Order: sequence, then C-alpha cells, then structure tokens
Amino acid sequence: MSDRAAGPRTIPPEELEELRREARPPRHVGARLRRTEDRRLLTGRQRHVGDLRVPGLAHAAILRSSFPHARLTRVDVSGALAVDGVLAAFTADDLRDRVGPFVESGREEVSPLLYEKIDLRIEPLPMAVLADGLVHWVGQPIAAVVAEDRYVAEDALERVEVEYDPLPVVADAEAAIRPDAPVLHPGMADNVVVRFRVEAGDVEEAFRRAPRTLRRRFRMGRQVANAMEPRGVLAGWDAGREELTVHLTNARPHLIRTFLSRMLGLPADHVRVVAPDMGGSFGTGVFPEDVLIPFIAMALDRPVRWLEDRRENLANTRHARDQIHDVEVAFDEEGRILALRDAFLVDSGAYNPYAITVSYNAAAHLRGQYRIDHARIECRNVLTNKAPVTPVRGAGRPEALFVMDRILDVVARELDLDPIEVRRRNLIPPEAMPYPMGMPYRDGVDIVYDRADFPGQLEQALKLFDLEGFRAEQEAARREGRRLGVGVACYVEGSGYGPHEGAVIRIDPSGHVTVHTGAKPHGQGLETTLAQVCADQLGVRPEDVSVRAGDTALIAYGVGTFASRSAVTAGSAVGIAALRLRRRVQEVAAELLEVDPGDVEVEEGRAFPRGAPERGLTLAEVAAAAGPHPRVRVPAGSGFGLQAEYYFVPPTVTFSSGTHVVGVEVDEETGGIRLLRYVSVDDCGQMLNPTIVEGQIHGGIAHGIGNAILEEAVYDEEGQLLTGSYMDYLLPSPTEVPPIEVGHQEFPSELNPFGIKGVGEGGAVGPPAAIANAVVDALRPLRIEIDRVPLTPERLFRLIREARERKEAG
Amino acid sequence: MGTLAERRRVALRVNGRDLEGWAEPRMTLADFLRDELGLTGTHLGCEHGVCGACTILMDGRSVRSCLLLAVQAEGHDLVTVEGLEAPDGTLHPVQEAFSEAHGLQCGFCTPGFLMSVVELLRTHPDPSEEEIRTWLSGNICRCTGYQNIVEAVKLAAARAREGARV
Repeated sequence: MSDRAAGPRTIPPEELEELRREARPPRHVGARLRRTEDRRLLTGRQRHVGDLRVPGLAHAAILRSSFPHARLTRVDVSGALAVDGVLAAFTADDLRDRVGPFVESGREEVSPLLYEKIDLRIEPLPMAVLADGLVHWVGQPIAAVVAEDRYVAEDALERVEVEYDPLPVVADAEAAIRPDAPVLHPGMADNVVVRFRVEAGDVEEAFRRAPRTLRRRFRMGRQVANAMEPRGVLAGWDAGREELTVHLTNARPHLIRTFLSRMLGLPADHVRVVAPDMGGSFGTGVFPEDVLIPFIAMALDRPVRWLEDRRENLANTRHARDQIHDVEVAFDEEGRILALRDAFLVDSGAYNPYAITVSYNAAAHLRGQYRIDHARIECRNVLTNKAPVTPVRGAGRPEALFVMDRILDVVARELDLDPIEVRRRNLIPPEAMPYPMGMPYRDGVDIVYDRADFPGQLEQALKLFDLEGFRAEQEAARREGRRLGVGVACYVEGSGYGPHEGAVIRIDPSGHVTVHTGAKPHGQGLETTLAQVCADQLGVRPEDVSVRAGDTALIAYGVGTFASRSAVTAGSAVGIAALRLRRRVQEVAAELLEVDPGDVEVEEGRAFPRGAPERGLTLAEVAAAAGPHPRVRVPAGSGFGLQAEYYFVPPTVTFSSGTHVVGVEVDEETGGIRLLRYVSVDDCGQMLNPTIVEGQIHGGIAHGIGNAILEEAVYDEEGQLLTGSYMDYLLPSPTEVPPIEVGHQEFPSELNPFGIKGVGEGGAVGPPAAIANAVVDALRPLRIEIDRVPLTPERLFRLIREARERKEAG
Repeated sequence: MGTLAERRRVALRVNGRDLEGWAEPRMTLADFLRDELGLTGTHLGCEHGVCGACTILMDGRSVRSCLLLAVQAEGHDLVTVEGLEAPDGTLHPVQEAFSEAHGLQCGFCTPGFLMSVVELLRTHPDPSEEEIRTWLSGNICRCTGYQNIVEAVKLAAARAREGARV
C-alpha cells in the first residue's frame, strides 16, 4: 500500500466502489449488436492513409540497408536527384541537428517503482531516424527520395549510391552474449541492453527440499505482426501557421504527437496527428518514418506521403518473440510444481525501443494459472543485427506460456502421469482467489490475480472439446496407423494497462451523442462497443451515439489501442463520463420539468419525471436549454452545454484468463500437422458484445497458430533476412485454421466500475503451447519432446526421425 | 521515366460504367483503379499476388489487380467492391452476410474476400465448409481467424439458394 501511496494517483478504491454502485445495469452492453463500422468497410468507403487525396502530394520512397552491420562510407544521392520528377533526397546529413534524438518510448513508460524491485537496468539506446554512419539491420532506413510519383521515387532509389564497409555480424541472442562478441553499439560495454531479476518466495529453499527437479531449454522463433495494411505516413505543413498535420497508420496518435513535438521542436498543439481507418496493427511502436516523413514535408513545404510495401514491412515492422528460456522446475511425485527458475534471453534485434515491455510481460505471466509460490526469473534483452523487436499480440505471454505449459507436460510425462491431470493438481483453486503472485507487474503494483475459477474453466473447455469422445477417436485412429493428439494450455493475461484512457462525450444541438476517445480501434469494433457502454450509462439508444477516435484534435490526452487495454480503459472512461453526463442532463431537465434532479429519469434518449414518461423532453430540447444564451435554463454557476470529460486511471491491470484445448493429427512420414478442432474458454469479465469478443478470440487463435506451426522471420548466419516476401513467410490461410469453438466464463473485474477485462490478445497466447503439447500426445509412443516453435514440418520430421533412431538403438 | 508522353489511354467498363483513364504501360491495374479512377476500395496488402486483398472481378472471374497491368484491362468489364451495393444502397447479400456473421474486423482484406466469395457462390451455389476454405485460401485475413468469414459464406449461400441475387 505504501508503494501505491508513493506512486501515481490511480482511481481510489472508494471512488471505484461509489461508481460501481451508481453504474446502471447492462442493457445494450452484453448484446450481440451488429457493428456500426461495418457498412463503410464493406462498401469500400473507409479511408486508409493510402486512400487520402491531397492536392500537390509528393511521394517518398526509402532506401534501406542491404547489410546487417556495416559502416556507411558513402551515401551519394546525386544520381537520384538527376532523375526527372525527383524533388529531393535526404540522408542523415540533412537531419543532423535538425531532428532531435529518437528516444525509446518504452523506457519512459517504465514505472519508477519497478527499478529497485526487480534490480532493473536499461541502457539508453536512442536510434537515428536515418542511419548515421552505421547500419545495424537489413532494412534500416538510410536515405529517402521524394518525387512527383511513387513509381519515379522508387526508380530513383536505384540511383542512390551507398558504399558499405561490412562489420562482423551478431546473428542471434546466444552469439550476442559470447565474451568475444562484437559490441554493436559504440558506447556500450556489451550487447546486453536490459537486465532484471525478480523473485517470489524462497526459491533456493524450495529447490533444496524438492524430491525431483528437471531442466529444459525452450525457444520461440521470431514472428512478424503482419497487419494486412502496411504502414503509411502522410504529412502536410502549413508554413503560415507553423502547423503540422500527420495522417498515419499508428494506433497511438497522441504518442506520435509527443515524438513529433519534441523531435521537430514544435508546440504539441501545433501538431495534429490523425490515425484514419487502419488495416490492423497487432502491436505498437513508433517508427523512424513516423518522424522522417513529417520532417520532409516541413523541409519541402509540400505534402508528402510514404506507403510501406510488404517487403519493407517484413524486414522492419513489428518483429516479435525470439526468446530462449533455460528453465528448471522442482516438483514432487504427484507432479506438483514446487518452484521454478527461469533465465531467459530476448533477442531484441538492433535496438530496444520497447525497453522491458515484452520481456517483463514474459516474466509476469510465466506462472500462468498455476500455483507456484517460489520462482526466480532472470532476463537479459540482447542486441543483434536483426530488426528491432516490439510488442505484438500477446507480447511476451505466448513465450511464457509455451515455457510453462511445455515444462508441465514434460513433468507429467517424466512421472508417467496424464498431463491434464497434472494441470488440475497445479491450478490455483477458486477459493484461493484473489491470489497474490509475490512479484510486481510492469506498473510496479504487486500482482494479484482477479477472482476466477481456473479449474472450472479447464473442465468447461474439456467438456466443450468432448475429451472422452476424442480419446476414443484417437484410439480408433491409432489402430489405423493415424496419429491424433490433444493438447491443453491455460493462460492469464494482465489487461487494461494504464496509465489512462479518456472520453469526452457531448450532446449536440440535435440531441445526438458523440464520444471522443484517445483509444484508436483498428478492427476491435470499439465504435460499436463504446456506443453500447455510453448508451447504457447515459440512457440513450446505441444508434444515438457516434464514436470518434484516432485524432489528437478530439481529446487532450490519449494512450491508444494495444495491450488488450481499450475495452477496459476507454470502456471505463466512456461509462464514467456518460454517468456524469447523465447527471448533467438530469440537472438541466429538472429545471425545465420543475422537479428534483434525482427524480429525472433518462431512458432511450428522453428525460422525464419518474413515473411520468409522457412529460418527457428530448435530448435536443435539453441541449437547447443548456446552450450558451441569455435564456439558458441551467442551475446557477453550472456552466453551459451538455458535455462530460473523464480520464480513467486504473489501479493496475485486471487479469483475464483462458484455457485452450486442441486436437491435432500428425503425419509421421512428413511431419505435417493438421489441426482438427480448437476449443477456447475464456474469462474477460463483463462482455461488452459477445460476438466481438468471440471474433477477437478467433483471430488471436489464428495468430497463435501461425506462431506455432508456420510463421518465422528467418535470418541466416550472415544476418540476411530470408523471409522477405509472402512466398517465404507463411501466414495461416483458411485451410490451416480449424473450426474454433468458444465458451465463456464471466467473472466481473473489480478494478473498474463495469467489470470489464481485456480480450484482444488472449487468443494468441495459447496455441504454441497447446499445439506443441497435442503433437507430443499424438506421438506418445515415440516420446518426442518439443522445445521450439514454429514447429514446421521439417523440424517435426527431424524430431520424429531422431526419436525413431533412439527407439531402434534401444 | 514516367513522362506523360508514354502514357496510354485505357478505356474499360468498371461497375457497369464506361470509364477512361491514363496509365503508363507499367502501371498496375490496382494502382490505376485506386489512383487514376479513385476507386480506393480495392486494397493493396502485399503487391506480389499472395494476400488477395486486391482481388476484383474481370469479366466475371476473380483476378489479383496487383498482378495485372492497367493496359491489360483495356476493353474488359471489371467489378470492384464499390460495385456490389445496389444503387439504392441495399447491401449485396454477401456484404450483408459478412456484417451479420461478423466476418470482418479491420476490413482491410474484406473487399478481396467479398469478390472471391461472389465468384464462389456464382460457381458453387451450395459449397461445403471444405470447399469454402479451399476457395478462400488465396485470401489472407489477420483479424478473424476465418471462422466468421466461413459462417458468412454459408449464410450468403443459404440466402442465395432462397433467391437472393448474388
């Protein structure tokens, strides 16, 4: 508690309690409302950055490093400038002293409370917008060419001459920490950019007493977010007013504004950042182009747009995962895990823009749903000559769960116990909730799991899956020589990360309600769900509410949409602002109706005295009475208009959870894996719209399936990217993703007034662990162990061959 | 270089209207539709013919507009996502089914899926789940996990068999 008192001011418990009492019961919330955003998306009427029409628009293309590590001895753009139609070209020389340093946003977001608690060290590592003297990964921006047309700009890139003096390459995390490894960044002592160590309970003592221990190494490959819309940035400069307007594909417009304001030396309110419709994101991050293109627009005094192509995207944008865990568990003969040690490496790539987001998430979620009171987790983020890693859907959790649920499986098989039974023995029981995990979350607040029923969730999932039926099917298939298996994974997810999200809600003169928020939906359906929340708490119909997001001009502060946070944080802000606005409608209507404000009901967009709906007023009438004019009918001193603004600062994250069960068939001869069925049971508290919740889960599971069996950004030993197109990087298609069945538990969160927990990422967390466990189960007679994903046919084929050889050898 | 002199006039039919525009011989059909004709509903996800976001119908058959040149479309009859809705604003049954079954999230890949599904239902009025998944395996969606896209196709197929125009 003393920590919280010393820390940032979050919403106090008594205020939360009061709001929970005041909150109106869900009516539109929880309904399977059709999405209001669909019509424009289905008819080609949405507007992405690439769709915007701007007079006088110039087009930028970016020259990128073809070397993973080199000194740039010459960057000569004169050839490009000679191309007909080229307007300008830029290199680091043009930016030096004119663009401030690109500071890692993740480092600034680390809670000061955390440093001491986890013995944290982060080396500052600002990145240049255009490579200045050195390049550190294949794809790093070196120069930009601007032309009248995108085709010409790309032609001209070929006329830029770059001379590289190659330097020794660090191709993976293990190479990065070798004593003789080349140090990638001048000024650093080694390639370790983050170190932390966190401990719960008494690990040494628990290991000393444990009857058995075992140790394994697990790896998760590098996945790329792959939003279907590549990024884009369009910037316009009003030289007269000294105002910059930037449209870009980024779900954190307010953060981008902060970067632009600082790096380009402009007052924040002279920078407007708009994120129009976005084709997904699946992660977060500020990228060099987000600053480069605005800088160019200012320098040329012309609107400029850059549109990323897929090759650029695969080489640069939101690389993720890429961790190696050395884990040791202490356990008893019944398969109960008594203690755990994990030392892991995160291959951060060439920079570490998100500091500890991914690595600490992995640590904080490592023990998942299991009761393991003694744990020590040590982490190093290391630098290599690959694209920088950023948080992507799950952000550390899929890696952690893969480690935890695999090691549990290994323990079960070591003891010849049923892995599902071993899970039952280790799950935290419902009567122990809320459960303290003995270590802080990333916000510095001690982790306490919300009320939940993990064993109930597992049983519900097994029932939905029909485990008994599947076991019979498995046995029948075995007799035909076919290999079926079932795998389980059980996760938790800290959701609704702060520091805040806000809402400004206005009732306009026509009586229509508009919600403005700093969250920025890109597929999550917030235009629908936030309208549902607003409708309930204000007393209007969802169709009376429009939701506007993704524009710094709409609201003073915003954080954005990522980390399963918007339903929780923006949802709470909208609900609370709507409750306040309802009070305002009541007080103005009370003047008009000549009753007490407390006796005014607001329902379906009408305000009326309790019990006398026929005496009702429309919101337009109430708005007219509240407007700024001499005949205003508002309580003295209460100001004009119908508007409420609220910023929700959550006490800490709220824990969602889920259990996945998957059935697979493995082809022993090819190593191919076919997914037969997938079941998920989740708890995301009060669902705002179950259809949207299920859609989030389906999509997350498909993302996780890619992570488990298909997707990997592969670099060779020389640091060259081998997966630069969709011919090499395989995304799941409709034929790889099986039918998905979803069940729900609803344990309302107690950390916000409406009981909401996040759900955006959960689906992506389970599949690598569940599928790997299912494959092990399918190949039980061979006793293979899977320690690495993606489990491509080639990798599995080798495991099968090795197992057969072992078996034959005796 | 892209000088005006090298541009060709391209005349074609798009969404039932005869249109003309100018294109360099190397300009892709997708860029021509988007930048020259202003039909930005056709999206570019990979520009190398894998993701299917740019799928349109050309003479009734689905094509990837990022792999065709504008000049190859001269004289052909195209339908893009903008051509699905009825003139009175009624959604096409496939669009309606996608909305009803929550078959879209961010909506970026959706135009390509819609065009593929329209072709599927014209050629296979009663597709099985496997046929649907196989047919759509040339379209990538990162949001939905395909579950509700498949549901939407089943729904649209059922409606079409009841007499809705596809």
